[in-house]
Amino acid sequence: MAIPFFTPGDDPGPDFAALLRRTGNGPVDIPMDGADRLEITHGTTCVAVRYADGVIIAGDRRATSGNWISHRSIEKVFAADKFSGVAIAGAAGPAIEMVRLFQLQLEHYEKVEGAQLSLEGKANQLSQMIRNNLPAAMAGMAVVPIFAGFDRLRQTGRLFQFDITGGRYEEADHTATGSGSMHAATVVKLGFEPNMARDATVDLVLRALWEAADEDSATGGPDLIRGIYPVVATITADGFERLADEELQDRSRTMIDEISAREARR
Amino acid sequence: MSMPFYVAPEQVMKDRADYARKGIARGRSLIAVTYAEGILLAAENPSRMLRKISEIYDRIAFAGVGKYNEFDQLRIAGIRHADLKGFSYSREDVDARSLANQYAQILGQVFTNEMKPMEVEILVAEIGTEPGDDQLFHIQYDGTLGDESSFTVLGGDSEAIKTRMGENFVEGQAFNDALHGAIAALAGPDRTLGVNELEVAALVRNAHRRAFRRIEGDELEAALAAKSS
Repeated sequence: MAIPFFTPGDDPGPDFAALLRRTGNGPVDIPMDGADRLEITHGTTCVAVRYADGVIIAGDRRATSGNWISHRSIEKVFAADKFSGVAIAGAAGPAIEMVRLFQLQLEHYEKVEGAQLSLEGKANQLSQMIRNNLPAAMAGMAVVPIFAGFDRLRQTGRLFQFDITGGRYEEADHTATGSGSMHAATVVKLGFEPNMARDATVDLVLRALWEAADEDSATGGPDLIRGIYPVVATITADGFERLADEELQDRSRTMIDEISAREARR
Repeated sequence: MSMPFYVAPEQVMKDRADYARKGIARGRSLIAVTYAEGILLAAENPSRMLRKISEIYDRIAFAGVGKYNEFDQLRIAGIRHADLKGFSYSREDVDARSLANQYAQILGQVFTNEMKPMEVEILVAEIGTEPGDDQLFHIQYDGTLGDESSFTVLGGDSEAIKTRMGENFVEGQAFNDALHGAIAALAGPDRTLGVNELEVAALVRNAHRRAFRRIEGDELEAALAAKSS
């Protein structure tokens, strides 16, 4: 692989996605047929909630193809870099590729420039990637992520939601994406308080995902038989940290006991 | 119209080499030295913002001396090469050796074919999983490529510094010893270098994916003040 050299006026700068296009590794051109209807294919539920120390971001583990469960333990929540995370909904392949490219974009920028992008800059970059994916989205391969991070300048957690055109919407308290997002968002809305403690927020998020899984076949609930739990992560001043399965197992068991008790009263 | 003078090819090459060497000799020096947990890179650098030592990839670092805008261009090209290769293949497939070869080709090509050679001397360092697997590649202004095992010196006064390093160097030494030895060699017997005149970084064998880290500010002050064992 040849070392890329550009003349000063022609330089793509710290933009890794532009570098890929310039070296002939850009995204494949998918012909956009105007007659194709927009298909909603983002079977999943992901949520993000702001709390006292930052943001909690979480997603379920199921991938579906029509009525089949194609994957039981797919991961939909990723660290974009040390202080931010992305949760994806949509077509699995393009979504995971986008996350990979996004992670590289952030790291490439940091190495070339010698400084990290601001949180808003990162959100904007993700916006542009989604925008560039619009032709594929129109052909049925949409990617609709949530972006969350700890803003070290403002010393607070921040959340961003996107639409398939790359439009970026900063949310104050919580956001959700995916086919189960309506159910999850309502559960979060009812249980949310500003500046909640970590444990209470984790429990709220797990409950929201459970209720979504209970209503939406494309969202998977906790699988206690196999030990597969939602991916839950906190993003704080200490960075992105994924919760261990042991903790999720304990919390899920407690939650299931509560729900069983509720059901028993019916 | 007067006849153009004939210049022997040897003379042309010698003139270019002298030009490049003079440009490099004007600048300050840089040392890369292996130690127990990795590779230490230390440069005499009065600027806080303009860096001579940088991260290229997970286990690979770059350092340059000479004309800043020229080696910075090489630095960025190296990062692009590494990220592209890691993206197309995998992160494990990116190595210093192939990058060093690419650099050698470019510098050689520029030396021969361009109006003026690059007045730079660069280093590509990679830490291995075991102490003995650390690699140091040294590329000169004309594309000459060399690999070293214990330490390497770039720039200005390299012969004298190399001699001093040879006296200080101990295989598998601790970080503080390596640091003090490198700075003593850079400074020489007649002067001391403080935090504001140094740029220090290291590739450290640890659990993190990215091994490169800078040692600066308070941390560097403390390390300089600490007695070497």
